[in-house]
Amino acid sequence: MQAANHMGFIVAAYGTAIAVVGGLTAWVMLDYRTQLRNLADLEKRGVIRRSAPPHPQPAREPTKEEA
Amino acid sequence: MAIADLANPSRFLRFAKRTIPWLGGLAVVVFAFGINQALVAPDDYQQGATVKIMFLHVPGAWLGMLGWAVMTIAALGTLVWRHPLADVTAKAAAPIGAAFTLMCLVTGSLWGRPMWGTYWVWDARLTSVLLLFLLYLGVIALWRTVDDPSRAARATAILTLVGAIDLPIIKFSVDWWNTLHQPASVFRLGAPAIDPSILIPLFIMTAAFTLAFATLLLASMRNEILRRRVRTLRLMQASAVA
Repeated sequence: MQAANHMGFIVAAYGTAIAVVGGLTAWVMLDYRTQLRNLADLEKRGVIRRSAPPHPQPAREPTKEEA
Repeated sequence: MAIADLANPSRFLRFAKRTIPWLGGLAVVVFAFGINQALVAPDDYQQGATVKIMFLHVPGAWLGMLGWAVMTIAALGTLVWRHPLADVTAKAAAPIGAAFTLMCLVTGSLWGRPMWGTYWVWDARLTSVLLLFLLYLGVIALWRTVDDPSRAARATAILTLVGAIDLPIIKFSVDWWNTLHQPASVFRLGAPAIDPSILIPLFIMTAAFTLAFATLLLASMRNEILRRRVRTLRLMQASAVA
């Protein structure tokens, strides 16, 4: 029972494992980017969650009434 | 942070953001160590070098079953406790569990050809694992068929609970029936039947794959929460236009 005889099966098995873990990782990362892009597009169009944290407002000079 | 706090999706997203890089990094380190140990492990006296396939096949089988066990607990969370993240967990675990079950089946076939002289036999262990893979495909299809996530969650939860019957069948198939597949050699009464020179790399590789599974599950759950936010916002936008 020589290793060389079975090397093809061993390499194919490790290739399968790399394809499974690599494929899952790539799919999850691409899906994350897609969802972030979709959320950014919606936010750009003014569609935001009611519970979303408010955007920081730029500092402004007090008006005459406020002063 | 208490576990119960993670029921809040926003808190879960913050937890996932902090945890995923560390968990993924740890998986890479353990993989590097495990592959090194697997390469230097001696050949088995019966299996020869093909024992190296076991370092992939056994974790694949373990994670295929773990994935369904996670989905079963999540199904109870959906139907009984109505936990907000239960169906998110179930939906996220299905493709990951399916992929590891497929890895188990393919690597098992690649081991079977040189050792048994065939890629496949319809014995109880192999058939019950194939059934698990088909159940995963059924659950994934059901998630995609029903548009409303809460309705899909209930339907898939019932299918998941029914499919959980397959887990003890897989585990005990080698005891209940005459199978070509070997009986339990790691988790069994008494000490494992495997020499430490092979058992230790097997444990390290199983730990590495389990860490990868946990990382992928967390990341996939995060994606699912974001997908539901996108869906809700699009519905809000559509109702505002109408």
